Parts: sequence; C-alpha cells; structure tokens
Amino acid sequence: MNRILAMLLLITLLLSAAPLASAQTELSLWYHGAGNPEERAVLLNVIEDFNASQSDWSVVIEEFPQESYNSSIVAAALSGDLPDIIDVDAPVMPGWAWSGYMAPLNLSEGALDGFLPGAVGVYNGEVYAVGLWDAVVAIYARRSVLEANDIRIPTLEEPWTGEEFDAVLETLQATGDFENAFDVGMAWKGEWYTYAFSPFLQSFGGDMIDRETYLTAEGVFNGEAGLAFGEWWQSLFERGLVPGTSQDPADRDTGFLDGKYALQWNGNWAARAAVEAFGDDALFLPAPDFGSGSTIGAASWQFGISSTSEHPEGANAFIEFAIQDEYLVDFSNFGGLAPATASAAAMSDLYHEGGPLEVFFGLSQAQALVRPVTPGYANLSLSFEKAVTDIADGADIQDTLDAAVDEIEQDIEDNGGYGFGDM
Amino acid sequence: MLTAAEARKNAPLWVRLLLPKDAPLYQRNDALFGWLMAFPALLILTVFLVIPFLMAFVVSFTNQRLISPNPAEWMGLRNFERLLSVRAFTLEPERDDSGAIVYQDGGIVYPRLRNFTRKNPNYPELDGLREFTSWQSGDNRTVILVADVVFLRALINTLVFASVIAPLQGGLALLLALLLNQALPFINVFRAIYFAPVVVSMVVVSLLWRFIYDGNNGLLNNLLGILSFGSFQPVDWLGNPYTALPAIMAMSVWQAVGFHMVIWLAGLQTIPASLYEAASLDGAGGWQKFRFVTWPGLRNTAVLVLIVITIQAMGFFVQVDVMTRGGPLDATQSVVYQAVQRGYDKQDIAEGSAISVILFAIVFVISMTQRYLTRERR
Repeated sequence: MNRILAMLLLITLLLSAAPLASAQTELSLWYHGAGNPEERAVLLNVIEDFNASQSDWSVVIEEFPQESYNSSIVAAALSGDLPDIIDVDAPVMPGWAWSGYMAPLNLSEGALDGFLPGAVGVYNGEVYAVGLWDAVVAIYARRSVLEANDIRIPTLEEPWTGEEFDAVLETLQATGDFENAFDVGMAWKGEWYTYAFSPFLQSFGGDMIDRETYLTAEGVFNGEAGLAFGEWWQSLFERGLVPGTSQDPADRDTGFLDGKYALQWNGNWAARAAVEAFGDDALFLPAPDFGSGSTIGAASWQFGISSTSEHPEGANAFIEFAIQDEYLVDFSNFGGLAPATASAAAMSDLYHEGGPLEVFFGLSQAQALVRPVTPGYANLSLSFEKAVTDIADGADIQDTLDAAVDEIEQDIEDNGGYGFGDM
Repeated sequence: MLTAAEARKNAPLWVRLLLPKDAPLYQRNDALFGWLMAFPALLILTVFLVIPFLMAFVVSFTNQRLISPNPAEWMGLRNFERLLSVRAFTLEPERDDSGAIVYQDGGIVYPRLRNFTRKNPNYPELDGLREFTSWQSGDNRTVILVADVVFLRALINTLVFASVIAPLQGGLALLLALLLNQALPFINVFRAIYFAPVVVSMVVVSLLWRFIYDGNNGLLNNLLGILSFGSFQPVDWLGNPYTALPAIMAMSVWQAVGFHMVIWLAGLQTIPASLYEAASLDGAGGWQKFRFVTWPGLRNTAVLVLIVITIQAMGFFVQVDVMTRGGPLDATQSVVYQAVQRGYDKQDIAEGSAISVILFAIVFVISMTQRYLTRERR
C-alpha cells in the first residue's frame, strides 16, 4: 500500500515538474468559446503550433462560457488578474481600451494588409485587436420562390432599392404561401438587434450617434432619416410582413427552412443549414439600399493584449502567429466563419471562388460598417434595441427616437464624454 | 441526563477551551452556545447580504460605473431624483398671430413638449423629463412629466404584480392544501405532482411557457381553439401589451403555488383532530369547521405565506428576463429587471444600486404594514 502511494507521489511530482523543465515563459489566454467545439479545436491547434514553433513562449488557454466571459474580464481587471492575451467582442473593445484594460497591439509592419475592415479593431487611431474571421449578414432567399413571383434577383452592384424591397415583401406576402414574407429575427433579443437592424437605419442616412464627434445623437438618430427608418420599420409589423417581437425562438431557427418565411435576415453561421436544405436554390442577397447605400454590421470576436501583461512582446508574437492565412482557413473550414483576408478566403472550403458561401465574403468587403467605436457602445446598443423594439410594438416613432437620443446623451454626459471631449 | 463532565468530554476541543471548566454546559451557557451555533449562518449572511447591501446603499449616492477610468464622485440624491421626480405641466395651445387657437384635423395643436424639456433655459426644472400621461383641461393640456418613464412603469407593474399574486397564489395554495389534506389513497402522488413545478428552475419554466403562449401555434391558443370549436381567435399572449403581464402572472402562480401549498399543509397538520371532533359533536358543518377551527389555527401560517409571497413577488425578474425583456411597450418591466439592466447591462452600478435601495424601502414598509395588520390582538 505504502509503495503504491509512494509511486503515485513520484509520478505526480514528475508530471508537475515537466513544464518547469522547458525554458518557455507562460502566457495566459482567456477564451469565450467554451461550448463551441469546432472553433475551440482550431484555437487549441493554433496554440499547440505556436508553442512548438519557438522556445520563448508557451500560451496557456483558460476557457469561459460566452455568457459569463465579459463579466469575468471585468472582475479580473478589478482584482488585477487580467490574462496576457484577451479575447474580445469587437464593439466592447473601445470600452476596455478606454478603461485601461487593453494595450494597443504592436505587430510588424504590413501584418494586417489585406484584412477585412471589420476584422481590425481600431480605437483612437490605434489597433487594439484583430479578428481571425468576421461574421456577415445577408438576406436568405430561394431562387425558385423569387423567380416564380417575377422578382429581380439583386446583386452587389445593384441591390434592391427600398421601394423595390417593399414591393417584393408585399408580393411575397400576397402569395399566401408564407406566414410572413420576411423574418428579421425578433426572437433573438439582445445584441442581434443592434448588429442586424442598425444597418437599415444607416442605409436610410441616419445612425445611432454622430460619428464625427461621438458626443451627440440629436438629429442623427431622431432626424428625418431616423423618422423615415422608423416609419418603414413600424409598417413592416403593422402590415404583418414580419413576425413581431414575441416571435417563437424555434420559428427563428427553422422557419425559413420549413417554408414559413419567404426571406430571412440572417448571418453566415446559418448558411450551411440553408445550403444543405435547398442546395443551389439557396441565395444570399445583399442588404437593400434605402438611399444611402446598403450596409451590414461588421466585426466579431478578436484577440488583443491586456495592459497589465508582463510580456506584451510574447502576446504580440502569438497574435502575429495566429493571423496566418493557414489558421484563418482552419477557422473558416471548421467553424463556418468568413476568413478575415481575401487570400485565406480563396483557400477556404466555403468562401473560395465558386464556393457555396463565396457571396458572404464579397458582402463583407463591400458593405460592412463597424458598429460605433466608442466606450459608450454598451449603452448605445441598449438604447437602440429598446427603440426598435418599442417602434415594432407600435409606439409613437418620434417620441421613441427622442427618448432614445436623450438617454444616449445623458449617458455620454454622465461619463464625461467618454474621452471624446469635455462635456 | 448527561453530566457536565461527560458533556465536556464529548464536546469538540474549541468548545472545551471556550467554556469554564465546572460550568454545566446546558444551563449556564445557552446564550453563548446559541451564538456559536448561529455563527456560520451569521457570517455568511453578513458577508453576502449585509455588507453588499450597505455597499449598495453608499454607491447609490455616487456616480460609480462598472467599467470606467473616471473616479466615482459623491452625487447626493441625484440618482433618486432621476428615478422618482414627478411634475405637472400645463401646455397651452399654439396660437396664430391674432391669438386664436390653431386647429388641425379637428384637434387643438400644441407645441412639442420636447421644446420645453430639452435644454430650454426658461424651464430648467423640466430638463430631461418625459411625458407619462396627459389629459385635457379646457383648451390646455395637463401633462404629468416624470424623470424616468420606464422605471415608473416598472414600479407600477411590480406593485400590480404583487397585489394580484399575493391573494391569488396564497388562496389557490390553501385550496390545494385543503384538497390534499385528506386520507385518500395515493395522496402523496398528488402532492408530488403539484409540488413538481417548484423544483423546476424558473428559467426552464419560462422557456417552456414561451412556447405555450406562442401567438400562432402555441399550446394555449390551440387548446382554446379546440375547446371553442374553432371560434377562438388566437391571441399573441406575450406580444400584446394588455395580455403580457397577466400571462406572466398566471405562469408565476402555477410555478410557485406548490411551495406555499406545502406550507399550508404543514399548518393544517398542526391543528389537533380533537378540535374537529369537538366541532362535529357541537353540530358544526364543513364551512363552520373551516371558519372557526381551521382558519384560526392557520393564523401564523397565513402571516408567513402572505409575507413570503409578497416579498418574492416584489422581486420578480427571471420571467421577464427570459420571456419579454420588459416589453411589449414596457408592459412587463419590473423593478429588479431594471436594477439589473441598468446596474449591469448599462454598467451604471450607482443607478442600479439606487433602484435596489428603493425596492428595499418599499418591501420593508409593506412587510411591516402586513406584520402590523396581522398582529395578534389581545
């Protein structure tokens, strides 16, 4: 008995001593994707390759479920335990940079050439984070349905105009074949609302905030463009063209595939299911142009460096290693994500020329506009979400937009302008 | 009977060290022993309840943010003013050059309220206020302006929720308890069935009921359609401002009624059977037995059930978070939901704390009033 115990003790000692034997300095990396096996496997592979490729650094991953990731970072920052490498959702990055959680990247010249604009996280003129992929939103449609109703299939160069799009929805609704002509995804309450619907407002010529100063929203959100957007948005629900805010989440997930909805506003992550269900009949169409060009949201999860890291040069080395095309292709092939560079897209299974999701890469290059780059984004997004929800539910449009503007400006004032000037 | 020496011998070391040698443990040191026993619970309550609340109380007077490089400043009562300010304001009609009232589409035209409430130097007291409700008084319009429309809606919803839930859930639970307090075969099976929803997490229950309440093909709409032979028009239960809160109330009662049923049952079983026998001998009927034997015997249970339900109802949150997120049109906003949304999602921890402090004050007053009204009169 004692002998077995002694053996076990010896083995444990040997095992725990093993990492000490190598001269590599440990770098910690926090990752939000626990529970996403494909993405995780690719990241683990990148880390393994990096650790084997040089003898100075050894990256150690710690995983968190996405729901609690941001709060873990905030808690770690308050207690001074931030990891060296931070995984960050793009719109949150300015807040963390402003609060001093993150330091700018220091990559070699030209490392980010050819990256999609949405994949590079710039704040205050400096690059704080870089994404290995981007997410893209498109109108899901079926060629057979459009052709049967004599509807023009739009292209990147010539998307549907606002009026044309409205007529398309009316036509599809009038066929009686669908519960609703268009599913925008009201069941996905939360950040989806801002990510997916604010591009419509931008296409009308408005925005959530004045991006020149980032200090006011008056006239931008609640001006003529905002009002036009609000009227169109409300009419979608009044006319029954779109399922309302109480949409069943299951309908959101399968409604388009089941033929309940003729069109769907959805991201590239759902594209594989659509291709499997409809084959060549599946179409992914650009956002309509309501007058100021068609736009879609950009930027997904990215990697950055914490300001308290003792080894920023190691963290930079890891990020520079990870953004090689080879790994961008892996993330795309296994996770279905849009690769962050054109050269990686050309090598990927889904996004290469003629590939099933090729169109998404073009959409991202041509239409993507990042969400407002301000530390006040969290509040901005919630105010926008509340406004589009209330307008969809039938609230007075001007009053709702005015209230949203007041709320946004109050918050900016309370935070001393978020570093964009004195308030 | 244990002797003091034996008891000391069996007691753990730290007890032996703390107590005087020749003291009879169970006679002289009851109080000390009591504190020792309560110590772990008190410690946990202090660390996780009392200290956080005191911190929230302090933070509610500042402008502390969850994430910000700006230092927190003392703001006095600002947060409370922003939540609770109410003002009446009279809007005078728009007049043309001759001073006549301007009409349009058969109604009087008024200037836009926002001209007064947004950075108007002549009306500094109205700055940032919003319309809560308004009515016509002669040619003028009287407008009730509040600083925080959403919070006020949340407060009203929460009070309505609690005042409906407390009697409904308590009464229903008593009814179930009376039905199940009989010596029938398989009675424990029924008790288990009614208790089952309590064991299921509220998040899961809310998700399931979201499907039940679905506006198109939900279970409830289908059921009502079948029962009415197809004449029932489907209702979008959670999407309609008039049905959303009642729908959430019905679900909440269903979920929690089993818990209070068990408390009533426990109360019922403390009433001695001899009292019922005596009542029968005196010729009392079923209702008289309930009125004069059961109900007086349940007095303390009733006070407990009422207060517990009220406190739980004042804190309703999960249902809202999972099912409606406060919508449609603020019909289901709740105070705790707003506290979480502002303190956490909007990262304004000071305002979230202020809401918590207000809720604490309300619950405290309600509980004390209930205690007072249900006190034993001698």
